[in-house]
Amino acid sequence: MTTTTPPAAIGTQATEPRSTRAARVGRRLNSRIATLVAIVIAIVWTIPTFGLFVSSLRPEAEIKTTGWWNFFSNPEFTLENYQDVLFGQSSSSGQLANYFINSLVITLPSVLFPLAFASLAAYALAWMNFRGRDWVYIGIFALQIVPLQMALVPLLSFFSRGLSLGGVTLMPAWNLDGAQNFAQVWFAHTCFALPFAVFLLHNFMSQLPKDLMEAARVDGASHPRIFRTIVLPLIAPALAAFGIFQFLWVWNDLLVALIFAGGSEVTAPLTVRLAELAGTRGNEWQRLTAGAFVSIVVPLLVFLSLQRYFVRGLLTGSVKG
Amino acid sequence: MNFDFADQAPKLMMLLWGLVAFAVVVGGLIVLLDAVPAFFARHREAQLVAASVSGSPPPRRTKPREGLFALFFLLPTVLLLLIGLVVPAVRTTLLSFMDSGSQNWVGLDNYRWMFAEDAIVRVLLNTLVWVTLVPLVATAMGLLYAVLVDKARLESLAKSLIFMPLAISFVGASIIWRFVYAYRDEDQEQIGLLNQIVVSLGGAPRQWLLDSPLNTLLLIVIMVWIQAGFAMVVLSAAIKAIPADIVEAARLDGVNPWQMFRQITLPSIRPALIVVVVTISIATLKVFDIVRTATNGNYDTSVIANEMYNQAFRYGENGQGSALAVFLFVLVVPIVIFQIRNLRRQRREG
Repeated sequence: MTTTTPPAAIGTQATEPRSTRAARVGRRLNSRIATLVAIVIAIVWTIPTFGLFVSSLRPEAEIKTTGWWNFFSNPEFTLENYQDVLFGQSSSSGQLANYFINSLVITLPSVLFPLAFASLAAYALAWMNFRGRDWVYIGIFALQIVPLQMALVPLLSFFSRGLSLGGVTLMPAWNLDGAQNFAQVWFAHTCFALPFAVFLLHNFMSQLPKDLMEAARVDGASHPRIFRTIVLPLIAPALAAFGIFQFLWVWNDLLVALIFAGGSEVTAPLTVRLAELAGTRGNEWQRLTAGAFVSIVVPLLVFLSLQRYFVRGLLTGSVKG
Repeated sequence: MNFDFADQAPKLMMLLWGLVAFAVVVGGLIVLLDAVPAFFARHREAQLVAASVSGSPPPRRTKPREGLFALFFLLPTVLLLLIGLVVPAVRTTLLSFMDSGSQNWVGLDNYRWMFAEDAIVRVLLNTLVWVTLVPLVATAMGLLYAVLVDKARLESLAKSLIFMPLAISFVGASIIWRFVYAYRDEDQEQIGLLNQIVVSLGGAPRQWLLDSPLNTLLLIVIMVWIQAGFAMVVLSAAIKAIPADIVEAARLDGVNPWQMFRQITLPSIRPALIVVVVTISIATLKVFDIVRTATNGNYDTSVIANEMYNQAFRYGENGQGSALAVFLFVLVVPIVIFQIRNLRRQRREG
């Protein structure tokens, strides 16, 4: 190799061993094929959503009789589907504006509560010394694997009948009605989120520099003070990661909402209403397409604007319960 | 317009109450945690002053009570986990040995029912198909795509396209794909993309979601569509973490891209691969929304989580529903043990 390579060109040629034309052509061909395959996958992945979006903007008669790809040869554009599905008068039209508010009311506290409780717990587990600390952590960690299906039936009966152990009432029945049922959903989502939240935040917190903590202790700062003034600002990215995670999870959840929010228009979120529409009016595509987009748009915005944090959260390696 | 803000007032009030409760609980906890140590500090100071005045030896300094503090930090979490997860899980296990009204013990009847009833065996088999295909295909697609777009132009845009379905709810995704699978009679124009493709290739349109077992595979496509983005992101990060000098050395040796992939990339990202497969497997075992929205579990497409919901919350069969939930848990456990062992081995090797 050295005998054939002129010394002046070593810098560029050394990395390409005896790079003949055939090899170079081969590599370029390879990268062409690679690009092509990647583009094909990207198209296949994007086109279903795109088709639905285009459809949601077409008039009802068009959606039901011709494929959405006809939109490009015969563009007819309307926002009527959105108007109808969000604010329509008839009971079959969706009234999604109503359910949109429900989704919001469900989601906000369901994100805030686990975030606060888990960061407190994670701090204790990472930086306080007490007996049995590791065992508590392992216990919470292990709870991640309990499928939430395991908790549904008894939790629902706790809400309606309360919890008593050997005749002692530990928690009275909640007896909620109307909008108060939101509390059940918040409670359920908070419980189900905690193991993963503690795990994720503990991972971040335990990586904070030990010197920093010890210096603060030596200065006489108490634990609550360290937690508020030092730890919370430092783990803000982790809080964001979990916040987005939990937001998407709650907003997109169907199972917990079905069971604890019920199907009434007072408390049911968008997902429940959409699933219902898809079940009873599966061919009303003008409503389903627009409705699906109404439900998608908020998580998509959150996701696209905060993708960085979300990815970081994912990369911590997780098993969501 | 049917949208009246007066109708929304009680809900928004409830939201306000929720936020107030949040502020009171969390704020209260923090204030309490601040005030109590301050009180003890003052108390001790007073003791010291009193001791120095009277000339008696100062009281022995009590140890800092970290345990007490930790208790307050942990209290909300531990309490909620006990009420919301631990106790219910134990109760579900007990319920699975009782009859539908949770009155009498029936031993293993519910489990026997699970494996004897043809419809339920079908459900178990479907779940098996899901949990073998989804992790495999989704991970393979994610890996392929991650390798293809690595260091390509517009990489982040290309990744966002695949990643986006992850933000879409399973319900939304199911509607998106039901539209792809939509069916019109042969003499009408097709509105579903899949049937249009079939027709333009000269075939006859089909009711995709009614034909078993093909319909299960088509539902699996939806899950793969969602999870491939997750696999891609994690694996792409793992690929980027491979040390550049290893890749460079291999290139100097003149390996071709395939050898590079087999001998360098794949071994280096093995841990990430395992995490991805395990995570997707667990998510797949619990899949519920897709089946419910797309077919409602009809036409032989039901899976465990869906059947569990039907038994417990539609038919009022608490015993059978609980047995299915317990079985789901039993299926998850070995996967998790496998992962924990792997993590341990890595740590020992690292």
